[in-house]
Amino acid sequence: MLQLEIVTPERRVISESVDMVTVPGLNGELGILPGHTQLISQLRTGVLTYTQAGATYKLHVSGGFVEVSDDRVSVLAEVAERPEEIDAARARIAHEHAEKTLSAWSGTVEDFEIARAKLERSIVRLQLAAGE
Amino acid sequence: MANLLDIRRRLKSVKNTQQITKALKMVSAAKLKRAQDRVVTARPFANKMTEVLSELASRADENFHHPLLDARGDERYLLVLITADKGLCGAFNTNLIKAARAFLAENAGKQIEMLPVGRKGRDFFRRRGVPFADEYVGLTGKGRVEFSEAVDVARDIINRFTEDETIDKVFIIFNEFKSVLQQRVMVEQLLPVARVSVDESEAVAASQQPINFVDYIYEQPPEEIFSRLLPRFVETQIFRALLESVASEHGARMTAMDSASKNAGELISSLTLNMNRIRQAAITNEIIEVVSGAAAL
Repeated sequence: MLQLEIVTPERRVISESVDMVTVPGLNGELGILPGHTQLISQLRTGVLTYTQAGATYKLHVSGGFVEVSDDRVSVLAEVAERPEEIDAARARIAHEHAEKTLSAWSGTVEDFEIARAKLERSIVRLQLAAGE
Repeated sequence: MANLLDIRRRLKSVKNTQQITKALKMVSAAKLKRAQDRVVTARPFANKMTEVLSELASRADENFHHPLLDARGDERYLLVLITADKGLCGAFNTNLIKAARAFLAENAGKQIEMLPVGRKGRDFFRRRGVPFADEYVGLTGKGRVEFSEAVDVARDIINRFTEDETIDKVFIIFNEFKSVLQQRVMVEQLLPVARVSVDESEAVAASQQPINFVDYIYEQPPEEIFSRLLPRFVETQIFRALLESVASEHGARMTAMDSASKNAGELISSLTLNMNRIRQAAITNEIIEVVSGAAAL
């Protein structure tokens, strides 16, 4: 069994025993099973999945880190939310807004990155909210 | 002999004051509960962060440099002071201001700029002409402190430290929430981030479990992860300081208002006693007059 702990600056989202975890690492998806060697990776915006007693659960995570050691998986994310916590309507508005900003982009590289990150988050949120 | 009417007037005003302090106490108690929960829920993240950071620090190259780690000089300080926006919370703000003044006096030889968060601290030091780098008012007063607000403050400080290079060290003064009745004024160095020495982190590891010599797999180079983690660490620390401060403020206000209500209660009973005595004295006096008048007839 793995001890999965997901924390954000605001709260502890999950602290449970699970069978398997998949996290969106910066260099690609990372599947973690019990007995995994120690690992540290940055996270990108994406979907974290974990299985517990045969059922699969999904969460939206964005930014931050994952640390694995001694069958403990600690996810320190900036944002982490379950599908039922996602406000689909807000995500859709954010999506449209970010797309508009990007298509008419004329600012600095930083602004571009911020808008891109927003677009990425809204896409993942919409996917999860739709139950994909 | 005090006038009966004066005492009645006084009694009424004390009663009104007591109503206000009672109401404030109730409001603070409700807010305190929420603020306290937030402090508790924010702790795991801060703890985990420190854990990972010290882990990385002990493994990163000795020669690894990062702007947030490097000590420059020891001349120009930035003092971040987190106070409340509102008063009526006992010695809450006074203690903070006292600590800040002590800090200024201790480092009188240095060039110190302040960055007040909260109206009370800002007003006090502005009147005394202490130079401000910037000021944040209204963060702690409106109840809920968002993480993004802490990030704004942190980014501002980090920019001053790394890009402008106008400061050498950053200190932070805030009230730590110990319990509802107790706050502790903390003076901490925020930047440069103190390097966790290898010995120290090993000693901690040894006390908890046998040291694990298997090295980590780093998906990205440790230095890169470290560079990303450090600013996040500063943001988390500021966020924690803000949350602790808000919780302490409500705690302090609740206790202050509780004792104020109690004092008002005592005052009311002594005033009532006094008033009754005077009323009784007046009645007795009248009776004596009537009786002696009748006897004279």
